[in-house]
Amino acid sequence: MTTSPVRRHPPASDHARGGAAKSAAPLVRHISWQTRLKRDRTLLLMVSPTIVLIVVFCYVPMLGNIIAWQDYSPYTGFVHSPFVGWEAFVRVFNNPAFAHAVVNTLTITTFQLVFFFPIPIALALLLNSVITPRLRTLVQSVVYLPHFFSWVLVVTLFQQIFGGAGLISQTVRQHGGSGFDLMTNPHTFILLLTGQSVWKEAGWGIIIFLAAIATVSPELYEAAAMDGAGKWRRMWHITLPAIRPVVILLLILQLGSMLSVGFEQIILQRAAVGTGVSEVIDTYVYFQGVVAGDWSFATAAGLVKGAISLVLVLGANKLAHMLGESGIYQKA
Amino acid sequence: MITVTSVITEPAIASPAIKRKRRNPNRPTWEEQPTGWGAAMKFVVLSVVVLSVLFPLYTVVLTSLSTHAASVRAGGLVTVPGDLTLNAYKEILSGGIVTRATLVSVGITVVGTALSTVLTVLAAYGLSRPNSFGHRKILFVFLITMFFGAGMIPTYLLVSALGLINSYWALILPAVSAFNVLIVRNFFMAIEPAILDAARIDGAGDWRILGKIVVPMSRAVIAVVSLFSAVGYWNAFFNAVLYINDNAKWPLQLVLRSYVLQGVTLPGSGGPVGVNTGAVSGLPLQMAIMVLAILPILMVYPFVQKHFTKGVIFGAIKG
Repeated sequence: MTTSPVRRHPPASDHARGGAAKSAAPLVRHISWQTRLKRDRTLLLMVSPTIVLIVVFCYVPMLGNIIAWQDYSPYTGFVHSPFVGWEAFVRVFNNPAFAHAVVNTLTITTFQLVFFFPIPIALALLLNSVITPRLRTLVQSVVYLPHFFSWVLVVTLFQQIFGGAGLISQTVRQHGGSGFDLMTNPHTFILLLTGQSVWKEAGWGIIIFLAAIATVSPELYEAAAMDGAGKWRRMWHITLPAIRPVVILLLILQLGSMLSVGFEQIILQRAAVGTGVSEVIDTYVYFQGVVAGDWSFATAAGLVKGAISLVLVLGANKLAHMLGESGIYQKA
Repeated sequence: MITVTSVITEPAIASPAIKRKRRNPNRPTWEEQPTGWGAAMKFVVLSVVVLSVLFPLYTVVLTSLSTHAASVRAGGLVTVPGDLTLNAYKEILSGGIVTRATLVSVGITVVGTALSTVLTVLAAYGLSRPNSFGHRKILFVFLITMFFGAGMIPTYLLVSALGLINSYWALILPAVSAFNVLIVRNFFMAIEPAILDAARIDGAGDWRILGKIVVPMSRAVIAVVSLFSAVGYWNAFFNAVLYINDNAKWPLQLVLRSYVLQGVTLPGSGGPVGVNTGAVSGLPLQMAIMVLAILPILMVYPFVQKHFTKGVIFGAIKG
């Protein structure tokens, strides 16, 4: 289609598709690559520092994953460490602690998916029904705020409110009850994590749903109201279908990051509640690698996690296609 | 049309007393008035949501401004204003660990934000010209990094191989995100090409076009990207755990974790501060450290917020 010889566009419109230039040669002014290099040298100079940083801090470590197949030791280095094949992976798969971390991760993320995910949608619908602009702006600016706090701050705040010496526990104690400490209780840890995530991110999460709702034409609502649809029916038949693609897109993205549940959040509280409920894949990798120095093993565990994540995204995307949604990408 | 609507809706809202309810001017004419219960429920839910954010901040700020005795009397966080004092702030800001950590965090944030903003804008402009040499391949190189992370262990080994352990550059340098470059590039590409062509014909080079035309026209997006990166630098915690082993070099978030969350005694503050054991001798002091960590966020917040509507989608996805 793009290479059709009968195309009438002047060469200038060919800008955007540089790759097609070769096949449409008769219509495009031919410039040698040396000339283009010389012409664009300022532009390349501008990009070069960023290229260097990205190559050094993203690509070199990607290659560094090779140590998963080595018996790596910091003293011998990448180059001289002997290759040992899949040994580290075998150790990962035979390790009950790793399996335990996987189970913990999946439990926590599934729980959060069920109990966190609907909250921003509900809040967005609620906020959308607030029609006074000033009130709406006020509520929005307040609920967005915790997104900008660090996890250290959020966890500390929760400790001051729900911890053993925290505000609620103290108040209960002053009224004759016995205190409690949510921060060190392994049985309620998953609730605590979800509560923290909701407090920090649910407000920020509504922003994208509000944007999706804002694209709906008001005439649709008016026409439905004319036809006698009440506000619940208008929500069900107009608003929710309008945000459906966004909801599915976000669900897919969530599935893709299912194995990297709130790393900073968990590692801050790991010691307080014990590793039994709080050891997730990322913390396991950190303690095996950086702390214990079993580099090859930790790298292999990290790679296994990456591979499972990839499978999850691809699977979720496929599911979205089967449900008739576009998902994040489509086969060309 | 409007008259028909009002005929339909009016019987529903007209009370026997013929006292017409005041109608919210923002409400479209076809929309029904909320019922009393509905409005009350909405008010309650929204109040709970707003208070759940504001109340903890209020008690923290109040406690940091209270005397030690007042916090002991309250048995922890102070909720009713009593004896107020600025002593906690005077103490943590009079030199020592917290002061130094604050300066370190400010330094990392300022240098990092400046660096990443400049590099992001340069890279975005360098890639924004259609059909320029190699831009397609470079874009691909950038895109890949958004889908495949390198993993914690190899990144750590690289940073340590570069000799950046205990160096602030380990926190500052890996900062240019391909995602931000693409966002800014999209804005640059939306600039009317005729303007840039006119400047080029008048003899302006790329540096001049970028500085005099493109950047002034894209202030909003540059502000959003740099403010988000500033918040990222200020809040960064785990990178510092990985790369800064020397306590004397800790940024503020690590000090917050150690002396407030974990309740380690702040040298020179007197008395153990075991949060978990219930001892609260240094509580106003600890809360002052928290306020110190929140304050810059609150200061830039109104400024970022102005641009939320513009950057709304990418901000939300970026999380």
